[in-house]
Amino acid sequence: MNCTLKRDADMNEVTNGASKSKRISKKPQYSRFTQQELPAWKPILTPGWVITSFLAIAFLFIPIGLVSLFASERVVEIVYRYDQDCVPEMYRGNVTAYIQNSLTNKTCIENITVPKRMDPPIFVYYQLDNFYQNHRRYVKSRSDKQLRSAAYEFSTKECEPEARLNKSRVSVPIVPCGLIAWSLFNDTYNLIMKDKVLDINKKGIAWKSDTKVKFGSNVYPKNFQSNDLIGGGKLNESIPLSEQEDLIVWMRTAALPTFRKLYGKINTSLEAHDTITVVLENNYNTYSFGGQKKLVLSTTSWIGGKNDFLGIAYLTVGGICLFMALNFILLYVFKPRPLGDPSYLSWNRKAVN
Amino acid sequence: MGTGRKRRLHFSKIYSFKCGRNRFDDDHSQIGGPGFSRVVYCNETGVAEAASQSYADNYVRSTKYTPMTFLPKSLFEQFRRVANFYFLVTGILSFTKLAPYSAVSAILPLIVVIGATMVKEGIEDWQRQKQDYEVNNRKVKVHRGGGVFESREWKNLRVGDVVKVVKDEFFPADLLILSSSYEDAVCYVETMNLDGETNLKLKQSLEATSTIHDDSDFNHFKATVKCEDPNASLYTFVGTMEYQEQQYALSPQQLLLRDSKLRNTDYIYGAVIFTGHDTKVIQNSTEAPSKRSGIERRTDRIIYFLFFILFLMAFLGSVYFGVVTKRDLDGDRQRRWYLGPDRSDIFFDPKRAPAAAVYHFLTALLLYGYLIPISLYVSIEIVKVLQTIFINNDIHMYYEEADKPAHARTSNLTEELGQIDTILSDKTGTLTCNSMEFIKCSVAGTAYGRGVTEVERAMAKRTGSPLIVNGRDQLLDDHNDEDSTLSVKGYNFEDERVTNGYWFHEPHSDVIQKFFRLLAICHTAIPDLDEETGKVTYEAESPDEAAFVIAARELGFEFYKRTQTTVSFMELDPVSKKRVERTYELLNVLEFNSARKRMSVIVRDEDGKLLLLCKGADSVMFDRLAKNGREFEESTKEHVNEYADAGLRTLILAYRELNEEEYKEFNEKFTEAKNSVSADRDELIDQATEEIEKDLILLGATAVEDKLQKGVPECIDKLAQAGIKIWVLTGDKMETAINIGFACSLLRQGMKQIIITLESPEIIAAEKDGDKNVISKVSKESVKKQILAGKAQLTASTSDPFALIIDGKSLAYALHDDIKSTFLELAVGCASVICCRSSPKQKALVTRLVKEGTGKTTLAIGDGANDVGMLQEADIGVGISGVEGMQAVMSSDIAIAQFRFLERLLLVHGHWCYRRISSMICYFFYKNIVFGTTVFLYEAYASFSGQPAYNDWYLSLYNVFFTSLPAIALGVFDQDVSARFCLKFPLLYQEGVQNTLFRWRRIFGWMLNGLVSGVIIFFLCTRALDPESYRKNGKTAGMEVVGATIYTCVVWVANCQMALAVSYFTLIQHVFIWGGIILWYLFLLAYGAMPTSISTTAYNVFVETLAPAPSYWVVTLFVVIAALVPYFCYKAVQMRFFPAYHGMIQWIRYEGNTDDPEYVNMVRQRSIRTTTVGYTARSIARDNNLYHLNLELQAPK
Repeated sequence: MNCTLKRDADMNEVTNGASKSKRISKKPQYSRFTQQELPAWKPILTPGWVITSFLAIAFLFIPIGLVSLFASERVVEIVYRYDQDCVPEMYRGNVTAYIQNSLTNKTCIENITVPKRMDPPIFVYYQLDNFYQNHRRYVKSRSDKQLRSAAYEFSTKECEPEARLNKSRVSVPIVPCGLIAWSLFNDTYNLIMKDKVLDINKKGIAWKSDTKVKFGSNVYPKNFQSNDLIGGGKLNESIPLSEQEDLIVWMRTAALPTFRKLYGKINTSLEAHDTITVVLENNYNTYSFGGQKKLVLSTTSWIGGKNDFLGIAYLTVGGICLFMALNFILLYVFKPRPLGDPSYLSWNRKAVN
Repeated sequence: MGTGRKRRLHFSKIYSFKCGRNRFDDDHSQIGGPGFSRVVYCNETGVAEAASQSYADNYVRSTKYTPMTFLPKSLFEQFRRVANFYFLVTGILSFTKLAPYSAVSAILPLIVVIGATMVKEGIEDWQRQKQDYEVNNRKVKVHRGGGVFESREWKNLRVGDVVKVVKDEFFPADLLILSSSYEDAVCYVETMNLDGETNLKLKQSLEATSTIHDDSDFNHFKATVKCEDPNASLYTFVGTMEYQEQQYALSPQQLLLRDSKLRNTDYIYGAVIFTGHDTKVIQNSTEAPSKRSGIERRTDRIIYFLFFILFLMAFLGSVYFGVVTKRDLDGDRQRRWYLGPDRSDIFFDPKRAPAAAVYHFLTALLLYGYLIPISLYVSIEIVKVLQTIFINNDIHMYYEEADKPAHARTSNLTEELGQIDTILSDKTGTLTCNSMEFIKCSVAGTAYGRGVTEVERAMAKRTGSPLIVNGRDQLLDDHNDEDSTLSVKGYNFEDERVTNGYWFHEPHSDVIQKFFRLLAICHTAIPDLDEETGKVTYEAESPDEAAFVIAARELGFEFYKRTQTTVSFMELDPVSKKRVERTYELLNVLEFNSARKRMSVIVRDEDGKLLLLCKGADSVMFDRLAKNGREFEESTKEHVNEYADAGLRTLILAYRELNEEEYKEFNEKFTEAKNSVSADRDELIDQATEEIEKDLILLGATAVEDKLQKGVPECIDKLAQAGIKIWVLTGDKMETAINIGFACSLLRQGMKQIIITLESPEIIAAEKDGDKNVISKVSKESVKKQILAGKAQLTASTSDPFALIIDGKSLAYALHDDIKSTFLELAVGCASVICCRSSPKQKALVTRLVKEGTGKTTLAIGDGANDVGMLQEADIGVGISGVEGMQAVMSSDIAIAQFRFLERLLLVHGHWCYRRISSMICYFFYKNIVFGTTVFLYEAYASFSGQPAYNDWYLSLYNVFFTSLPAIALGVFDQDVSARFCLKFPLLYQEGVQNTLFRWRRIFGWMLNGLVSGVIIFFLCTRALDPESYRKNGKTAGMEVVGATIYTCVVWVANCQMALAVSYFTLIQHVFIWGGIILWYLFLLAYGAMPTSISTTAYNVFVETLAPAPSYWVVTLFVVIAALVPYFCYKAVQMRFFPAYHGMIQWIRYEGNTDDPEYVNMVRQRSIRTTTVGYTARSIARDNNLYHLNLELQAPK
């Protein structure tokens, strides 16, 4: 870029007579940077490096794997699928009719047994299957503004088709609007152990940032589920959204079509072989799209819920690395590289042939 | 100013061809008609009539843009690229409801990328603007009126102004010369900036205006010029001038062109005819043909391939989406009722599923756009600019003596430097210095001169025999020239028989005298007498000519003065030992041109005798000798051949005495011819001179050495070891070319020479008959036969190295369409190829043949205007910024000062640039495919609805923020092997020639690696996090947690993959790679801290949900390592067991074997095949020969 300038400058110098003015040398300045001689670390994969790294990975991964597997093993988890059992025999042929009929009795009582002692807190989840909360139409169908503040009650643009309600010829906003809220999960669980109702604490199941920031304490449900089409659960219009933790949990959309959401916490411990009677209201329609519904009771460890996958994966990769390290050791010992043999080079091979 | 008048000379006769008297010819009748409508009122700028002329002002703009046009024009340039256009379209689409992300986040990276390119353009243009400003604000003296001149900026010049330009100034516009400091109103002009020629050109005003010598004279000066409209032809000008009520014809002789420089003349007055963009030089400036590198073309293809993948993915996704959407509504039955399929808009409507699928297709195109590396092109551009800065700043390519660093003029070809397969080199000025030294002569059949040429030295080395001429010392001491007492530039003549006036005692002393007199008289050089020291220097048109005058001076025939009609020189009178002044009357100069291959002068000596002195090439001169002038013919021919053998340029000197009548007749004819303005003027002149330049008497021959540049043989040796083929294309004689070939190791003994020439008896016989058709037919047949014979030889023996030598005439036939492929096959099979006697056009044709015939990358290197075609034709043109002006440099892509710098330019910079660019591009594809794969896989789990797991800003910042800088650092700084090793193991260069680093296998390998990494990351992350709670507090991972975790892993993997691939870790690499990762966490913190309306799903995601969860960190660690293990295994095995050549060198360095010469040699020399050239190969060949000889000797016993 500058060089044209330099040339020009040069011409001027000639003009002035080269002998008179001392020419400014165009010799490039030496610096390690411009000469590309910066100090550098030039690693190459020597046998030592390769074996050390494989061993290091192995020795790091196997303990981590064991620890996480151990943690996962300690977690006690009860998974109870009820979506089929809770449909009365007579409706098995037409489940959708059963579930969509608001008059049918949806109560369902089942017994589950605790396999191992469970220490509090015990988390109660519902798990849905084949439910695409991550569908774009679904994900977008909410109004964060409206949820946050009562002032934005009318910003329901993104919420179609669950945005407004025509109430005596006036279009009024639905709060909370959108498909997510509309399809709120509304099965309920009551756990009874030894004739005593287990207290399910539904406070504190949502993230702080949701209850404090994203959901306004001055936003009250309005016109919710008052359309002809009723999706899922209803909301108590006297409680602000920030305290409707069920809704808040539901509205954090899940990443994958199979997901678990927190229903509540139990703060009493359960002993092994205890029998729990579950009285549940089977309201939610997963039948039309063939989704399963499960009730999950689980304790947690530092790593979360019961998940052997991570531990096994760690062990596997650690094992592979150990195996690779051994292999490389054998390779290096028994099959030394033919050093500096250029006949390995592609173009020389071609030339020889 | 006063000194100028002393040398007031009339040179019009010397420049006999140029200064014909102007006449009105056909062209002038067109004035006033179309194309010739310009009217200039000189010196009447105030007059209304003149003011009404709306000619362009003298402001010259070389910038591409103006402030007004910058935006639209540069944007247009940007969006002409397919990838950029695609991103523009997606950017626009992102404002619609189709977009899966917010418009701002989609537009921002595009703005960053386009902005970066535009800033680069802008800076470049601003530099040009600064230069323009400097030029436009130069000052020149302009007539204000009333005979007063004032200083004015160039840009304020108007057509018709009268300006005064003083010595060594540039002309501000195209001027019509009115008068000069010389009485006959001539001036000297240097046109280096126009045509690169360094010799001075003579211009002369009309006689009518030549009398004006004072500023005040312009008070009443008035003239009207009518002339042609602005055009680009530098050598034509048609116009008339009305001055003092008389019409005068104007010719190019009166036109001083902008950007040329006034030399040797104190001042001139001129009237401005063309200004600014109307000037011929600006009209003439055209854009050089733009070249694109092979890698970039391949990159385009990969981009197209990725587009194909992108469309395929989008298509498959859309089909699936359409099917699933349609199933959602079956009559009244809704499947996924929570999506509200019965009340859907067009994008998701099951009732119109095909339309929804089509819309989804567009959405998917937007979403999968992350497969296309948006910042690739701008990164490549940035990297290349930085690479050229490295090239320009390389201290090892700086030429101290000429104060010239290397200069990469275009930045888009740097990696091509690493892939050169064939170098096509000019000889004179490229391999040699183009500074001629008078070294030998043959006078009257006796050879003089004891100097040893470099070629002789090389030949002596070759045969191993000591030089007989000056003993062995000279052989050993290569640099004796510097210590030599004869330190006169252009003169290296040693012979005590001739120097110091001893020639007088030689047998043919009269011939010797005539010989040196001829050297002192027969030329067009201009002496420059330094009045203080009495030393004379010369300004000559060519270095050869200068060498002759200098030689004459050193031998006692000192040419010191040239006037209008005389040539004067001092001569040492051998009898009286005194310096005598001799003055010859100069009558005519018959100039040199390439067709005539000779020049003559006609002079009258002090005794009144008329002499024609002539010097020329042997091919034309021997035919023109008189019967009685052939006394020394045989021995001279012998000497000339010897000289050619020694790599010298020879000229034959002869003279002739004329009688008055003969001369008179000739002069009339000649004057008529040169005064004619018709088209066949040159022919007439040639005819006239042909008739007088005959019956010459031979005096002798001169030999001038054109020295090899320093380091040329070594450089050629290195390049040959690197497997680069070198072709020499020269205008020299075959013998000279062959000898230079020996001197610079392109040829060696034991090489089989295939010589294709048309000097065979039957061709000569056919030529005598003169039928053109027959000649060309016979010649073509002969060339064909020779080529086929050569090929047969080539196939017969595979181990012997061959050299192909072909002359210009044969080349013309060999380049015919029907045989050129055979010719190319033959040439490619030979280790070295020398084309001699080739014309500039043939050079370009050969270059094209090699480029297109082999499909390999070619590099042309040259220094002169005759190489321009070749430089532009080749993939890369390298100009030598030597003595022959700037033209080659101006049309080159890279300029270096010396041939030997080519070694470093190719082996070090070329290799690095190639490696860097190709690795960087592969890496770009890798990282985008990793990312694209995760996006796509997530789609599959979201029933292809077009929902990304990532926040909008994660998506858009991936390319420009978290992964680009390490890639750029790789492209700028990576070195597989240090410069020292690049030079030590030249074969490394073959990696580029074979394109091993950017062949499809490697590219797809990287893509596959990307795919594998992406799949591993996605599945491991989702499996590890879902659906259980991932934290002790029992909360489960939502989309924002899974998205951020996957994204974290992608950033880690992309950067760590870079760390694994880099073999040269400077601090910069560390900063960029680890910085990229840290940046991601910082971004996550900062973005998460913003209000929810901005950060949406990323609000507090790191602080609240990710960071406190041990599983997040455990998963990151695990996924990153698991994704990298496959590549690591591959690399470990490959590095140890199948190392590429650079890998071997790395091993050598690592194991410390670099100082073990035997070992290094082993690695290095295995690569040298017998067919290689260069002196290393030569010494090996010699050893082999000895070995074979020994075997043969032993065998009989």
